[in-house]
Amino acid sequence: MSAVLEVSGLKTHFFTHAGVVKAVDGVDFTVSKGEVMGLVGESGSGKSITGFSILGLIDQPGRIVEGSIKFNGDEIANAPEKKLKTLRGNRISMIFQDPMMTLNPVLRVDTQMIEAILAHEKVSKQTAWERSRDALGLVGIPSPEERLQAYPHQLSGGMRQRVAIATAFLNKPDLIIADEPTTALDVTIQAQIIHEAQKLTKQTGTAMIWITHDLAVVAGLAERISVMYAGRIVEQGGIDDVIDRPLHPYTVGLLGSVPTANRRGKRLFQIEGMTPNMLALPKGCAFGPRCHARSEACNQQPPVENIDRRSLRCFNPQPAAKVVK
Amino acid sequence: MSDVTSDTALAAAKSAKVETPFQRFRAEFFESKIATVALGVFLIIVLLAILAPWITPQNPYDLAQVSVMDGRLPPGSEAFDGYTMWLGSDGSGRDLYSAILYGLRISLTVGLASGVIALLIGMAIGLIAAYAGGRIEAFIMRIVDLQLSFPASLVALMMVAALGKGVDKIILALVIAQWAYYARTVRATALVERGKEYVEAAQCLGISRSRVVFRHILPNCMAPLIVVGTVQTASAISLEATLSFLGVGLPQTEPSIGVLIANGFEYMLSGRYWISVFPGVALLLTVVSINLVGDHLRDVLNPRLRK
Repeated sequence: MSAVLEVSGLKTHFFTHAGVVKAVDGVDFTVSKGEVMGLVGESGSGKSITGFSILGLIDQPGRIVEGSIKFNGDEIANAPEKKLKTLRGNRISMIFQDPMMTLNPVLRVDTQMIEAILAHEKVSKQTAWERSRDALGLVGIPSPEERLQAYPHQLSGGMRQRVAIATAFLNKPDLIIADEPTTALDVTIQAQIIHEAQKLTKQTGTAMIWITHDLAVVAGLAERISVMYAGRIVEQGGIDDVIDRPLHPYTVGLLGSVPTANRRGKRLFQIEGMTPNMLALPKGCAFGPRCHARSEACNQQPPVENIDRRSLRCFNPQPAAKVVK
Repeated sequence: MSDVTSDTALAAAKSAKVETPFQRFRAEFFESKIATVALGVFLIIVLLAILAPWITPQNPYDLAQVSVMDGRLPPGSEAFDGYTMWLGSDGSGRDLYSAILYGLRISLTVGLASGVIALLIGMAIGLIAAYAGGRIEAFIMRIVDLQLSFPASLVALMMVAALGKGVDKIILALVIAQWAYYARTVRATALVERGKEYVEAAQCLGISRSRVVFRHILPNCMAPLIVVGTVQTASAISLEATLSFLGVGLPQTEPSIGVLIANGFEYMLSGRYWISVFPGVALLLTVVSINLVGDHLRDVLNPRLRK
């Protein structure tokens, strides 16, 4: 499989008055054609910033300070705005968390979808309209002709997210970055949306980065998973390897915090402490102070190691750790 | 599962027939009796002003039709030419009913023209400030602050003093006195809108900068702009009357409402109330009806007060 996106050593830092926030601090991953990669982590771990870095939409005072982002073999980190504009919405699309907020409330659905096509292609309005209609049909929206005439407030949350997904797929992109697209939806709708997204990536061969904090979603959807903590990917590998046999204490903790039915009444596992202040990261491994397996060595930054079919940043892997399920 | 939810969603969407934001806004606006009446009064005033040449007995600008012999006649008197002056006449023998309608033409033209021009200019400047940010924004907004720290009437007065008399000059003076209100309003709302996710989403779709500003951000700024527009138009009309009352606005030969009020002012103490009072009432009705419409627009367009 050919790599659609190769990110290596990506560092996106924000230069604030209070100091430098290393939101993304050395991230490497590769996404192949038709592959879904789950990017998992707590709030503030830098997963969304990674997504925005790929699109070149980092606002001041932030910027990509180091690393390379290769899209179809082409370097796009810090590429000129003109080049990025031809990619955005065309070759790389984005789906956002809150479908209430991402559709313009005063414009009809057809206006917004047609606009997305016309921004990149010189086709007639009629053609663009037909493609929008077909795209809505593909994501399971009944009577798309009518929905096209609707304003966003006339659609339900699930409908709106389907519209957003249809818009993202309009120009048949090579890569879609989905930033917590199901977080604002209830579980039944969530399942439908995931199903539609999965179907579409299979049909079109579009690669996808699915950013989420919900391990259950990733487990059901992604082929590979990257777990982020404080701007770094701490564990990365095939979905079955990582979910069934996590090695990093943080991944173990995350999996343990998911409530399941056959553990009712027992106390949930809890990762001690809070996510660290990004302005004052602990020395060495950022997870160190919260880690139950920490040792002397953890005062140094753990290097990336390739063991057990995954890459890992930890001195004390937890092969024996049993995730309570 | 998928079929069930989509069916109910479809049914819900069908029962609530597709109505545009404008249709909803219209329906909500006419729910208020006061606003409906105010809008009616305003439209009648506009209609009277437009039809003035055909429904008045005298053209107050045509000196051949104005006779000093008719001066200061009380309401209901018969003029020398035989028609009845229902609202009396002023010191130079102008039929007040005719003079008020002709005066309203000038007042409304000045108010609406300066309102629209100031809105367009202020809107453009405010949008530029909000979208450009940085030094450009700071520079523009300090000018706005500077201007707004002077009372609008003072700015207008200075402008008229510098520019001279005439309808076009009054309009220019009022535009200069009022653009800053629009600029500040647009910039504030545009900043809020710019931070919203749909703008980010539009950027992610690769839509051009100018399209994002004019097609996405601007329509979302319209609500406060319409409200400020009505209020500012009303205040432009009264500002014009103030300037004319002070004798720096429109010349005596083209009496606007303010000139009429000023003309009657000297007769007030001698009991000839009608010369000032009737134009005053006309001005009051115009300004109050516009303000009431504006107030209600604010309620209807404010999402926080929406039912």
